Amino acid sequence: MTETSQRPLRVLAAMSGGVDSAVAAARAAEAGHDVTGVHLALSANPQSFRTGARGCCTIEDSRDARRAADVIGIPFYVWDLADRFREDVVDDFVAEYEAGRTPNPCLRCNEKIKFAALLDKALALGFDAVCTGHYAQVIVREDGSRELHRASDMAKDQSYVLGVLDERQLAHALFPLGDTVTTKDEIRAEAERRGLAVAKKPDSHDICFIADGDTQGFLAKRLGKAEGDIVDETGARIGSHEGAYGFTIGQRKGLRIGTPAADGKPRYVLDISPVNNTVTVGPVEALDVTALTAVKPRWCGVAPAGPGTYTAQLRAHGGETEVRAELVDGTLEVTFTEPVRGVAPGQAIVLYDGTRVVGSATIASTTRAKTAAV
Amino acid sequence: MKGLYWSRRDADPARTRVLASPVEHHAVLDAVHWLGEHEGATVEYLPVDAHGRVHPDALREAVARNPDDVALATVMWANNEIGTVMPVRELADVAAEFGVPVHADAVQAFGQIPVDFAASGLAAMTVSGHKIGGPYGIGALLLGRDQTPVPVLHGGGQERHVRSGTLDVPAIASFAVAGRLAAEQREWFAREIGALRDTLVTAVRTAVPDAILGGDPAPGGRLPANAHFTFPGCEGDSLLLLLDAQGIECSTGSACTAGVAQPSHVLLATGTDPDLARGTLRFSLGHTSTRADVEAVAKAIGPAVERARAAGLT
Repeated sequence: MTETSQRPLRVLAAMSGGVDSAVAAARAAEAGHDVTGVHLALSANPQSFRTGARGCCTIEDSRDARRAADVIGIPFYVWDLADRFREDVVDDFVAEYEAGRTPNPCLRCNEKIKFAALLDKALALGFDAVCTGHYAQVIVREDGSRELHRASDMAKDQSYVLGVLDERQLAHALFPLGDTVTTKDEIRAEAERRGLAVAKKPDSHDICFIADGDTQGFLAKRLGKAEGDIVDETGARIGSHEGAYGFTIGQRKGLRIGTPAADGKPRYVLDISPVNNTVTVGPVEALDVTALTAVKPRWCGVAPAGPGTYTAQLRAHGGETEVRAELVDGTLEVTFTEPVRGVAPGQAIVLYDGTRVVGSATIASTTRAKTAAV
Repeated sequence: MKGLYWSRRDADPARTRVLASPVEHHAVLDAVHWLGEHEGATVEYLPVDAHGRVHPDALREAVARNPDDVALATVMWANNEIGTVMPVRELADVAAEFGVPVHADAVQAFGQIPVDFAASGLAAMTVSGHKIGGPYGIGALLLGRDQTPVPVLHGGGQERHVRSGTLDVPAIASFAVAGRLAAEQREWFAREIGALRDTLVTAVRTAVPDAILGGDPAPGGRLPANAHFTFPGCEGDSLLLLLDAQGIECSTGSACTAGVAQPSHVLLATGTDPDLARGTLRFSLGHTSTRADVEAVAKAIGPAVERARAAGLT
């Protein structure tokens, strides 16, 4: 049984102004729920935060969401969560990059904003659930417990960014798009059938608060220039950079190293050291990771009792890989069956048992196959 | 506003100072702001008291500092959010001593309290149809015969060249009817709706003892149809949603930026704490308001405030 076939609920639908959340709200209303739409104003200064109606924080987006709510025939409000978003998501994002890690702000937003600040407020105001346009499924078991599963359509699955939700949050989450085998085009066609003007609206960027997609530029503005060295695996200086925070483990482009490697092969970012503002680069093989530790685990249900074998996803849109994982003193110890490449501290590891999301944790450190690297 | 500014400045380039109350509606505030940004105006906001009222002495002090550089003053007849009525006649008298024209936005006052342009001493006054049950999108500018504002719109020279454009006769005729009815019913409105408003205020204060009444508490100092409250510890948006769900339509009374509620500039001008200013609601009564409506609010407001407090300030 999926969540859309339950008794009627008082549902607060988060509406970004995009096509997915609009169709999700429409489906929830059609399923007989008492739906109220709410657009989250996440920018204190919407006009300068981002321009162009491609994301979820502009005045245009807010108006698109309002028009969609009108067509669906549900009440609509705009709630200002800009302060919370800045503190919990944007500042965290900048601080993580500054510390040499690669954060996932969407995960953080789901954990701290949509299914915390928003959900708590919704529950206090008498709502039963928060509905979003995420592609994932909440399955209710016979004993009433909830499980989070991948979307029916693997290509659209967004369960990775929801892997931070605990059972209580899942009990109040509604994902009307998750249980249909569909593609975005079909969702757009459905939006058009429903008379929703957002049917043809472009997809949003990955990071909604970086208008132009230029993460480096965004970070440079926040953190300022901090010139440092790019070194090879031996520690020899082979280039310079304008801020170690601008790099991600596994990054190949934008290194701007003048001299080619001795073997002529491309070089990748192996390590970022914020302490001495150094970026270490080397061959692709040196990126191979055999194990990792991850902190701040969050379980979408009961925490696993002992060690277990799971499939793991290491980044949004990433593939699956088999792991052994065990919780040791609150830290997740993970060993890969086959070495994996390009694992960045700060990213989340999400564990799956088949299609079921077991839980997630934030990657703290990795063990490289080629130990000389780091 | 713009037209008067231009004509006064044309007559004497030294006249670039615009005196405005800080509690004006955005219809005036934004025009004044624009004059500052694009037309070299120096905008000076007049001080207001805790009820949001501009005192004649404050205007006198501001003008007397340099009477020669004042282009005009603008003070609304009554405030749209907290209902406070301004001492328009006294303000106009002070300005007249220095030959400074005063404009008053009387949109809120029209139909609720006596609004006599001829007796007011004002140079200009604006009223609007939608606030008196008339058509939307039509208003009137009352202008002293000695005023020669530069037109904002140019064209066919209609309306004494002040506002060119083909006259919207149906809207004008409807507005005239609405205006006549509003004037005829004004005393009844002030008495009956004012009494209903007083019942509402008492009921809300009984249900929520720490609710703060905004504006002038004296019956003669505020608009009869206005009740404005601050509910400490509440988000106005939460209250709005909860009351809306019960068919009670009110407003947080604050300006919207991208639909995001900001603390009201009116409350901030009266010295209200910004956090406190987030928990405001404005109830506006109209000629169709009934005792049953007030009872519905009286019943709903207590539980709504309790719930909104639980939801907290995000």
